Amino acid sequence: MNGITRLWKREWPLHMMLLPAIVLVVIFSYVPMAGIVMAFQKYVPNKGLFGSPFIGWRNFRLLMDYPDIGRIFFNTIYIAVMKIVAGLFVPITIAILLNELRREWVKRTFQTLVYLPHFMSWVLLSGILVDVLSPTSGVVNQLLGYFGAKPIFFLGSNDWFPYAMVISDVWKEFGFGTIVYLAALTGINPSLYEAAEIDGAGRLKQTFHVTLPGMMPIIVLMLTLNIGNVLNAGFEQIFNLYSPPVYESADIIDTFVYRMGVQQAQFGFATAVGLLKSIVSFLFISFSYFLAYRLANYRIF
Amino acid sequence: MTNYRTWGRTVFAGCNYAFLLLISLLCLMPIVHILAMSFSSGAAAAAGQVALWPVDFTTAAYDNVFGKPEYLRAFWVSVQRVALGTSLSMVLMIITAYPLSKDHRQLRLRTFYAWLFVFTILFSGGLIPSYLTVKSLGMIDTMWALVLPTAIPVFNIILLLNFYRNLPKELEESARIDGAGHFRTLWQIYVPLSLPALATTGLFTMVGHWNSWFDGMLYMNHTENYPLQTFLQTVIIKLDFRFIKAENAELLLKLSDRTSRAAQIFVAAFPILIVYPFLQRFFIKGIVMGSVKE
Repeated sequence: MNGITRLWKREWPLHMMLLPAIVLVVIFSYVPMAGIVMAFQKYVPNKGLFGSPFIGWRNFRLLMDYPDIGRIFFNTIYIAVMKIVAGLFVPITIAILLNELRREWVKRTFQTLVYLPHFMSWVLLSGILVDVLSPTSGVVNQLLGYFGAKPIFFLGSNDWFPYAMVISDVWKEFGFGTIVYLAALTGINPSLYEAAEIDGAGRLKQTFHVTLPGMMPIIVLMLTLNIGNVLNAGFEQIFNLYSPPVYESADIIDTFVYRMGVQQAQFGFATAVGLLKSIVSFLFISFSYFLAYRLANYRIF
Repeated sequence: MTNYRTWGRTVFAGCNYAFLLLISLLCLMPIVHILAMSFSSGAAAAAGQVALWPVDFTTAAYDNVFGKPEYLRAFWVSVQRVALGTSLSMVLMIITAYPLSKDHRQLRLRTFYAWLFVFTILFSGGLIPSYLTVKSLGMIDTMWALVLPTAIPVFNIILLLNFYRNLPKELEESARIDGAGHFRTLWQIYVPLSLPALATTGLFTMVGHWNSWFDGMLYMNHTENYPLQTFLQTVIIKLDFRFIKAENAELLLKLSDRTSRAAQIFVAAFPILIVYPFLQRFFIKGIVMGSVKE
């Protein structure tokens, strides 16, 4: 007992500092976690969490029987994986090319320009994209028209929609993604390049034998951390850009949960779908952090 | 890297410059296009004549936007939200990261506390339970629904606590010997030294609040409480694009005033265009310093 009072005497300011944050996290993160029991209820808003009847696994069985559910999971993973791969490849390439520039101000200006889309919301970017990609009066289709191509309804065709999502997402985020890789590039020991040059390696060979191996730890780290995102296909983007005609190729778990839960008020069912996603994501994220720890000795805190 | 010039080197450098220039234009062009559109006449815009320079220059679209009380009100809601949300998050972040940056010997429950926060990024209750929580707290249609649920930025806290940890231990020890308590050490030593990291995280928090629209849509029942991005979401995207069949959507898009949409987008993007280049130097430094650990 005495030990605890002594500890408290020494540590109380630290606990006090944590108190507000803990209260908020408990209310806004842990209380909703308790709300997950809704997934096993036929939730009736008037009766609340404690009054609604439990129906066991029926929401999940309903989910398994839902005709489009396979499509929705497929779309989610398909779009997310393409985004992860492209989102890794493009920033690395750009960072390497950028590193070849000699003039510091050119580098800086380029960076400023390519960060821009990262800081804009998907609402604004969607407004812009809808306008730019419009099949009748959009700039992109006008440009394609000069080459004799027929107008393409990028956002209204199931053949194009997923790729439009991947490309626009890469466009938004690649600039910002280069920061990490540029930092890794500046950390490479210059004497390695000198040694390679003495051994007769040209710039290209140096890139493959010095630069890329030097970046490998950070590349592995980014890849593993991204494994946790396989079910995050980008709600904000897709929600703002999709429309009923492209649900077939565009509907992802998050948009489905939103439509079921908020628009159709099927709270129990939507929570069940959300729970399934949360659990799978949890497994993936934990696995990715574990991998990152083993492979790159990465620790979150 | 020696700098001798060969023919191949020059060609590569030329192509590289050209390629990177093209890429950067690709990032800039859509915004320039929208800007040009917003200053063009409605007829020219609807006919698709506007590319990167205004056609039939006019400020009519801006007169229209700034004459709309709903737009101005939404803008004001967003300003309030950014001010309140950012200051709240920053204070919480500073005082939360400090104890978590201590080691086990100085704070016995540190690991427990740290996991309490980290677990919230690993797992969440999901959309509906979060909504019902906010609702049962009576926060629907209030500013609190927009600032409190996101007030603990766990990622930023981690960034900042890593930064705190890299500060020399001697500073803290000498402060303690001089009789400073934890609060004083935090305020007079840690905060001034972590300004770059604070600028970084502050920028991200501000931009995050300015840009977020989904919570506004979820938690606000009345449109007059919508923050700007939510307002734009309903005006620009939902009305014209969603819930409408593809063939009509095209027609409606043309009919709805394209220039006015462009002006609304540009005004909403303007604060960000102003802020981010100035803080760029800070945030690169902050990110790199926060993420590199010894």
